Amino acid sequence: MNFKNFTEYLAWLYYQYLLITGIYVLEPWEKSIFNSILFSAIAMVIYTSYVFVPIHLCLTLQLSVMMQNYL
Amino acid sequence: ATIYLYEKKNGPGTGVASRQHRHESFEQAPIYVAVMTYLGFGIVTLFGYFRDFLRAVGLEKCHLARERDEQKDFVPLYQDFENFYTRNLYMRVRDNWNRPICSLPGPVFDLMERVSDDYNWTFRLTGRTLHNVINVGSYNYLGFAENNADFLKTVADKTRQYGVGVCSTRQEIGNLGIHEELEQLVAKFLGVESSMTFGMGFATNSMNIPAIVGKGCLILSDELNHTSLILGARLSGATIRVFKHNNMHSLEKMLSEAVCSGQPRTHRPWKKILIMVEGIYSMEGSVVRLPEIIALKKKYKAYLYLDEAHSIGAVGASGRGVTELFDVNPADVDVMMGTFTKSFGAAGGYIAGKKKLVDYLRSHSHSAVYASAMSPPVTEQIIRAMKCIMGKDGSTEGIRRVRQLAENTRYFRARLKEMGFIIYGNDDSPVVPILLYMPGKVVAFAREMLERRIGVVVVGFPATPITEARARFCLSAAHTRAMLDQVLHHLNEVGDALCLKFSRKKYSSWSDLSDETDFELGS
Repeated sequence: MNFKNFTEYLAWLYYQYLLITGIYVLEPWEKSIFNSILFSAIAMVIYTSYVFVPIHLCLTLQLSVMMQNYL
Repeated sequence: ATIYLYEKKNGPGTGVASRQHRHESFEQAPIYVAVMTYLGFGIVTLFGYFRDFLRAVGLEKCHLARERDEQKDFVPLYQDFENFYTRNLYMRVRDNWNRPICSLPGPVFDLMERVSDDYNWTFRLTGRTLHNVINVGSYNYLGFAENNADFLKTVADKTRQYGVGVCSTRQEIGNLGIHEELEQLVAKFLGVESSMTFGMGFATNSMNIPAIVGKGCLILSDELNHTSLILGARLSGATIRVFKHNNMHSLEKMLSEAVCSGQPRTHRPWKKILIMVEGIYSMEGSVVRLPEIIALKKKYKAYLYLDEAHSIGAVGASGRGVTELFDVNPADVDVMMGTFTKSFGAAGGYIAGKKKLVDYLRSHSHSAVYASAMSPPVTEQIIRAMKCIMGKDGSTEGIRRVRQLAENTRYFRARLKEMGFIIYGNDDSPVVPILLYMPGKVVAFAREMLERRIGVVVVGFPATPITEARARFCLSAAHTRAMLDQVLHHLNEVGDALCLKFSRKKYSSWSDLSDETDFELGS
């Protein structure tokens, strides 16, 4: 398929997302509710991983060093 | 993917390549498709519960029938939960069904444009007509739904002679000469002793099966049988057992178990065992395995009821149905039933077989005794269509249409497989279901095709399994190659735009196929 510009490609991707999740059949305000819930869930996942993943990695590294020393 | 390959016996004068591998495939889509389908249904169900809650609380107006406030404590009249699916999914998208048509359902037709202001609860017609929409949904296999004045001259004459209403049942005073003529013609067309016709195809099945079988008989019916067959079987009071679709092992196991153990508690032998199958199953496009069923029926001494609603006129080298397709003697099938709605452009059904059977049905069938007889213009339309197919009107129009339909079927199916869609069914059947799977895509497909001036029929949950929603194409001899190419071109575009090409098999292209007489299909 030929897309004239990037916005058209993004619009097509959004259309696929609507079709796959079944949101396509819902009314616009229901689409907005679902999109906002999904967006906030993804935002929370990203924030949590940004804040906690480095700390978890550091702790795992320390733990494995301690295990090495112990053994 | 389950593939069954078998060879056709060389019949005399078949007119097509005599060594043909008839191939049925029911390819399974990749797993992610099933996951997405369930996801889509799950999300819409959640929103359905949410909307039901809003309706119950009163935040939203309820468009459906409700009991009055004074009757709230009585036994509920309107079962709320059973209509959950209708209320919350079907109503949102029902602009794709029941579309009003304002011309005859030929290869192209005119649609009345209608819009909805409140998300499909109510519709209004704008007054505009969409002209020349290509029709790939009507059961017009041989193109007899036409309004050409030359072809319809005899129909007009008979209407002038007999009028339109019969005003009686066949048994009382509604047995016209034209009915007798039709029945003799049908018997000759099918190659059986005698036949009887009825005014309505659905009623032919549902009203005649109770006359043939009763309590103490066993009915072995295919998994995917039509509602009319199921209704007739239930009305008869016989014991019904269901065997897996087109699966001869399942059928044989049931037959041998029935013959050995007999009736459930008393173990007396069954009075009759009736195997009910259809010629072409309209939702799958698969064809019955007739030679094997006849061999089984002879071995276990059972009777066969063959419903050729979609296959009469549409398959077979000269349009005689599945008995001709498989080169089987029509006398081997005990009860041949069919309808005139699909290939003959009329309405009604017939039952054909031995003279004793048909004479019995004339007095014992509910449809013959109580239902109004077939209308004379409809009868004459069937007579002229049948004469045209048999060649009795002196032209080769009939055989040309049968060959055109076979050609269209082969071409359309081969091109679709080449494009990468998942198609169900036998390569010879003019019913082509394209699998769409997800509920959002089903609706988007119907709307997109209508925008491109092509009218398709999409089928979803109650009529098909929940994960296998499909669009069903019914090809016609009246479709020209140009029309089919246009449909295929748009299908290609819509298939890419909606990502519908799930097939993982590789097929050789159409031009290679027509050169070879023996093609290998890779899997």
